[in-house]
Amino acid sequence: MTDLSWLPETSGWRGALKDFSKNAEASWAQAVDLANFRLDFFQTNALDEIVRRRWGEEVPTGITGKPIRLAILGSSTLAHLQASIRVGGLRRGLHITVYENDYGQYRQELEEEGSALYAFRPTVVLFALDAATLTSGLRIGQSASEARSALNATLEEVRHCWRLARRIFEGIVVQQACLPVFPSMLGNNEHRLPGSRAWGVTYINDRLRAIADEEGAHILAVDARVVEHGLGAWHSETLWHRSRQEVALTAAPFYGDLVARLVAAEQGRSFKCLALDLDNTLWGGVIGDDGLEGITLGQGSALGEAYVAFQTYVRDLSRRGVILAVCSKNDEKNAREPFERHPDMILRTLDIACFVANWTDKVTNLRRIAKELNIGIDSIVFVDDNPFERNFVRQELPMVAVPEVSDDPTYFPKILATAGYFEGLVVTKDDLARTTQYVGNQQRESFRSQAMDMASYLAGLEMRLIPRDFDRIGLQRIVQLINKTNQFNLTTRRYTETQVQGVMEDGTAVGLQLRLTDRFGDNGIIGIVIGRLEGADFVIDTWLMSCRVLGRQVEVITLNLIADRARALGARRLVGDYIATAKNGMVREHYQNLGFTIVHADEQGSRSVLDIQNFSPKPTAITIVSE
Amino acid sequence: MQDEAIYAALMPIFEDVFMRDDIVLAPELSAKDVAGWDSFKQIEIIIAVESQFGFKFHTRELDSLRNVGDLVRVVREKNSARVVLT
Repeated sequence: MTDLSWLPETSGWRGALKDFSKNAEASWAQAVDLANFRLDFFQTNALDEIVRRRWGEEVPTGITGKPIRLAILGSSTLAHLQASIRVGGLRRGLHITVYENDYGQYRQELEEEGSALYAFRPTVVLFALDAATLTSGLRIGQSASEARSALNATLEEVRHCWRLARRIFEGIVVQQACLPVFPSMLGNNEHRLPGSRAWGVTYINDRLRAIADEEGAHILAVDARVVEHGLGAWHSETLWHRSRQEVALTAAPFYGDLVARLVAAEQGRSFKCLALDLDNTLWGGVIGDDGLEGITLGQGSALGEAYVAFQTYVRDLSRRGVILAVCSKNDEKNAREPFERHPDMILRTLDIACFVANWTDKVTNLRRIAKELNIGIDSIVFVDDNPFERNFVRQELPMVAVPEVSDDPTYFPKILATAGYFEGLVVTKDDLARTTQYVGNQQRESFRSQAMDMASYLAGLEMRLIPRDFDRIGLQRIVQLINKTNQFNLTTRRYTETQVQGVMEDGTAVGLQLRLTDRFGDNGIIGIVIGRLEGADFVIDTWLMSCRVLGRQVEVITLNLIADRARALGARRLVGDYIATAKNGMVREHYQNLGFTIVHADEQGSRSVLDIQNFSPKPTAITIVSE
Repeated sequence: MQDEAIYAALMPIFEDVFMRDDIVLAPELSAKDVAGWDSFKQIEIIIAVESQFGFKFHTRELDSLRNVGDLVRVVREKNSARVVLT
């Protein structure tokens, strides 16, 4: 659906609109407030109508930002998009006047001095060319090169129009991506059918982006929205046949908001700062009540994972240049503790530019954040799971954006992305200055491909293994790993939480949780070992590892660790069992590979031993870091 | 669904689409009787009716709409067809 889902619902909105329309003193600011609801097409039109009755084409006094004169050009019906574009601007306090070319005449109007378009003097020219027009050069039966050159000719024509627009008007050029409205004819491998319009749209959208980068134009990515919402939400064949409306009426409010956020970004009016509540926003539970070990965060539950995913999204936003702030009702010491000490926190103290945790109300605190960061309070987005706080901030600080998040963190990233608060047109050096520590799997992979060989790759990874005895913070993850790891698991013994706690309390037992970090980030807890002293033997009851870290010598260094711990307990031998299951064939020869000698083997498994009195640890590329 | 109920449900739709509350719906009322009732408003009415009643018009049905009476008839037929099916 193309709902403006991040905005609050419209209960009571009709009444407010009526009051507004009757109040001769009503201000532009009140109109802006009315635009910041989840308006559908009809409500959008109603608000637009009343605003236009009040101010006409006049720019109201006291508005911030330059007034915008936007020309929407195309050869299909675009009239139904106008109100939504104006209201999208209104939502951001921008005054937009819209001009639409005479039906099908945009090319002539661009060429002819003295046309109505010239007289309008647009500051934004939006080309909204329909898919049928853009792909009109295609015929089934064309050769691949004929099809390509037909589309390239059209694209050069588009480029020519952009250049005309830029030469004539001092403003920006925006090109709507082509809507993928055509049914396929060949199927999955549509690209092999020259002249296919479905393929043609893909080709055009790809090329449009490249040409836009060359020409300094901007793309209105409706194609990306279709991927998210489905074509049915954006295009109705009925309306196309009836009136040549390519973008469906019902998608108009979303379309208008997309246009407006792009225009606002061009004026430097995108939001700059993300202010975050903490309890039940960045983690589950209340840090002051539940403590470091009681909050829900990290691997072990879907909810904990969702908070990690949200934190990861937020961290990546900050690396892209969005400033982060904390705005929480908490004792500051409690509020900071997870940032400093919780192993699963993605956000760290250093990521937060302004950390405000106290018992003052959030309105006062948001003002303080704006002041300390020296930014306008109208550039802050505030995320809070608590509806009371959200409404309070909306009421007192209407210029602060407060997305209507639910209390389920799973959807937080999507809501922020859909709202488009942080729309950016270019990525500046300043933005990326914050990304020097940028890390992630992708770079890990590209680094792997660059590395000369495995040994130097591993050495360059700067791997650190952080072993910890079992503890309460790790308990959930330990139990989860023990019960779900099937492949790299020597004995596949399952333990309950109580049994794991038993290991923690047993003086002759060792329970190790192993965390691996590398230059690309934290891999989390990736290994579990449980062993017990039995006479002079240290028997390895459980050894399991996450398959994510295979081939990195983690087994070798883990053996070194086990040997150390066993010797400290007075053991002379390590005893390792392999119990065969349907899934753990990969570790059948695990102990032999590490230098153990088999003392017994049958089809159920094997037992191997290693003398640790004369054991010398093998070198690895991993450093052990003790906390 | 009775015609009176359909007329009652259509009233707020017309108010929303034309931003007026003085339109009197009658079977013979058509686009020429209401200022601003152009092909765009026609589409808005159709979309609003579809979303209100929860069905999609057949393209043929849309082509057959000449006045409010036609609209009420099609809504009635589609509603009763649905009742039979469910």
